[in-house]
Amino acid sequence: MLLITCPFCGERPEIEFSYGGQAHLARPVRPAELDDQMWTDFLYMRENTKGVYAERWRHARGCGRFFNALRDTTTDHFLATYKTGEPRPDVGGAP
Amino acid sequence: MTRQAFSAFALIRRGLSGHTSWHEQWRKPQPKPSYDAIIVGGGGHGLGAAYYLAKEHGLTNIAVLEKGWIGGGNTGRNTTIIRSNYLFNESAALYDHSVKLWENLSQALNYNVMFSPRGVMMLAHTVHDIQVFKRHVHANRCNGVDNEWLEPEQAKEFCPPLNIQDNIRYPVLGAALQRRGGTARHDAVAWGYARAADSLGVDIIENCEVTGIRKDAAGAVEALETSRGLIRTRKVGVSAAGNTSVVLGLAGVRLPLESYPLQALVSEPIKPIFPCVVMSNTIHAYISQSDKGELVIGAGTDAYTSYTQRGALHINTHTLDAICELFPQFRRLRMLRNWGGIVDVTPDRSPIIAKTPVAGLYVNCGWGTGGFKATPGSAHVFAWTIARDEPHPINAPFTIERFRDGCLIDEAAAAAVAH
Repeated sequence: MLLITCPFCGERPEIEFSYGGQAHLARPVRPAELDDQMWTDFLYMRENTKGVYAERWRHARGCGRFFNALRDTTTDHFLATYKTGEPRPDVGGAP
Repeated sequence: MTRQAFSAFALIRRGLSGHTSWHEQWRKPQPKPSYDAIIVGGGGHGLGAAYYLAKEHGLTNIAVLEKGWIGGGNTGRNTTIIRSNYLFNESAALYDHSVKLWENLSQALNYNVMFSPRGVMMLAHTVHDIQVFKRHVHANRCNGVDNEWLEPEQAKEFCPPLNIQDNIRYPVLGAALQRRGGTARHDAVAWGYARAADSLGVDIIENCEVTGIRKDAAGAVEALETSRGLIRTRKVGVSAAGNTSVVLGLAGVRLPLESYPLQALVSEPIKPIFPCVVMSNTIHAYISQSDKGELVIGAGTDAYTSYTQRGALHINTHTLDAICELFPQFRRLRMLRNWGGIVDVTPDRSPIIAKTPVAGLYVNCGWGTGGFKATPGSAHVFAWTIARDEPHPINAPFTIERFRDGCLIDEAAAAAVAH
């Protein structure tokens, strides 16, 4: 089981969290101007990175808040966790 | 090297010489400078595609590249369940195509894949389950796929170890049974396809990782960069399961895939006790017994994407909680080993078997948690797609563009798969 550091509550076991998928996916500001391919990219296409991946987690059985994490998907090692809205920390890996 | 046919007669004849005259079942060739087509990924789907390319489409100057050893990925890591009781017409056609090929696969390959249609029973635990499974039964019958509804007593009769009393958290309220479903020997599927493809001239090249995909001026595939050198080809079929995003990323193709760890485990071997396959989507467990006597147990994926081929123990304990409720006599069994594989999951939980935006590049992916059952059918239509540069009617709906065009085959919402 992973140990995950919630930016609000500290280190907690994985079963307290739910997974939120790829981070930093902003909903389009002008949705009416998007064509089908752009909607496809937003809704369905994911980086699925083999390496350092920015992803969302929610401390569902704790404070209930979403936050972002950088995790290496080849080792499951967390490099950083940070609050939603903060920029991605510079700890290596492709953006 | 001549192909050695397997038969009772051959067994006796070679037995007379002390079984010393058997040779390797397939060659270990060096990669040639170029091929007419290359399959990336030496699992069941990839080896099968190579076999059907050679057997049915006359393409014999082809190779299968595998970064590890053949059958070492999800083909060797799954729980070997075979069924075709999917809700939608497109899925039923694809998976039943596969079941029909399973039924004669041992004869076709001259290799015992130990296909055992012992019946797959899916348990209903809620009113919603009952309604959904009955809908499945009717939809399946409309598509010529066998599926029947069982009351709890009938389910118990079909699978005597099952607990149908109302003393568990989610009592069994009934079940849907596909009698043509069952299991097969997963390793034998990879080996059987490898041997049959090799005897048709296909080069199976292990320890050969693709590190780049070269395109010509027009943007079509012209060569693969690999850990064993540059190999020229105009057609590449990628069948790389959890690593498909990585391989197609080399050609700049994005896919709607996420790769998750999926775990399974087996118990210590015991005498035959379990006559069929039982699945429960609601309480997350499926179980069968292998010919070695081990109970083979699996469930859902881990929560997060990963390429580690391992997962967390709490997923397994959750699965075993469900198994012990359904089959209380297994509570004292010890679990022997567990492992994980990486499965590539699409948003609608249906696969992609299609051309890509890059000319000469084809992909067979997105099988998620249920690709083993589809191995022969998937390989068959993928070979067709590569050979003819157009989809077989069965895989025509399983495109990448279905996500853009809104033509999802939403087995995820239909809850026909354990996920």
